[in-house]
Amino acid sequence: MKEIALHILDIAENALDAGSTRISFEVTEDIGRDLLIVQIQDNGRGMDRETLDKALDPFYTEKPGRRFGLGLPLFAQAAREAGGTITVESIPGKGTDVKATFKLSHPDRKPLGDVPATIELLRAFHPAIEFTLEHRRPHLQGGKE
Amino acid sequence: MKLKPEDLDKISERMRAQTVLREGAGRVKITVHMGTCGIASGARDILKAFVEQKSKADMQDVILTTSGCAGLCSHEPMATIELKDEAPVKYIDLTPEKVKRIIEEHVMGGKIVADFALAIGSERVS
Repeated sequence: MKEIALHILDIAENALDAGSTRISFEVTEDIGRDLLIVQIQDNGRGMDRETLDKALDPFYTEKPGRRFGLGLPLFAQAAREAGGTITVESIPGKGTDVKATFKLSHPDRKPLGDVPATIELLRAFHPAIEFTLEHRRPHLQGGKE
Repeated sequence: MKLKPEDLDKISERMRAQTVLREGAGRVKITVHMGTCGIASGARDILKAFVEQKSKADMQDVILTTSGCAGLCSHEPMATIELKDEAPVKYIDLTPEKVKRIIEEHVMGGKIVADFALAIGSERVS
């Protein structure tokens, strides 16, 4: 993936597969803490402990007839390569929360890409699903954009 | 920049007007494959290209939709074009330029673009 926006799109596709009706995206660019935080929360069917433990394993997938599931492992790799981490929390029947952090100034951090346009596309093709995006830039609060 | 839900609503309405997703109706169905492999290879831009091309011409009877991995990851981005009462055709290694040709020749003209259709002409007669 060339941009973090594409990882966001990919994780959103997983959330849609999980039957979510609400998917929220939160992007925080915190220059003060040199941190980029990307969080995707859904209200899909979630994962049990056992599935969650395997979610970051590229050779695990829930899709029938498939041998790989690379979405989350690739996102995790992108975070790790940029000095960050990934956490995946999930409650069966309630939803899943994926949170990745990146060192904002890391030379290997992928560009964020056009997140609003990506979410526009998702909304256009899934009109029944509620997508929300919050893009925070704490260093700009009270100042000019 | 903080995008408010109302802004997204407006954008979404605009996009929806362009795509006219109507389940079960239409002359042509276009499916862009948006698995991890597709997205990594540029499926988002292919989807955008289809939306743009579709909005240029009067294509109310064309349904544009998305699905997951088509099972041929090395040839992503891919799209499947299905004309009513005809077998679906898979197009591989797509670019926005190829999308333009597929729309003009196959979707509008009814003629398969053999240059980037999967499998057509790949059989060898010895």
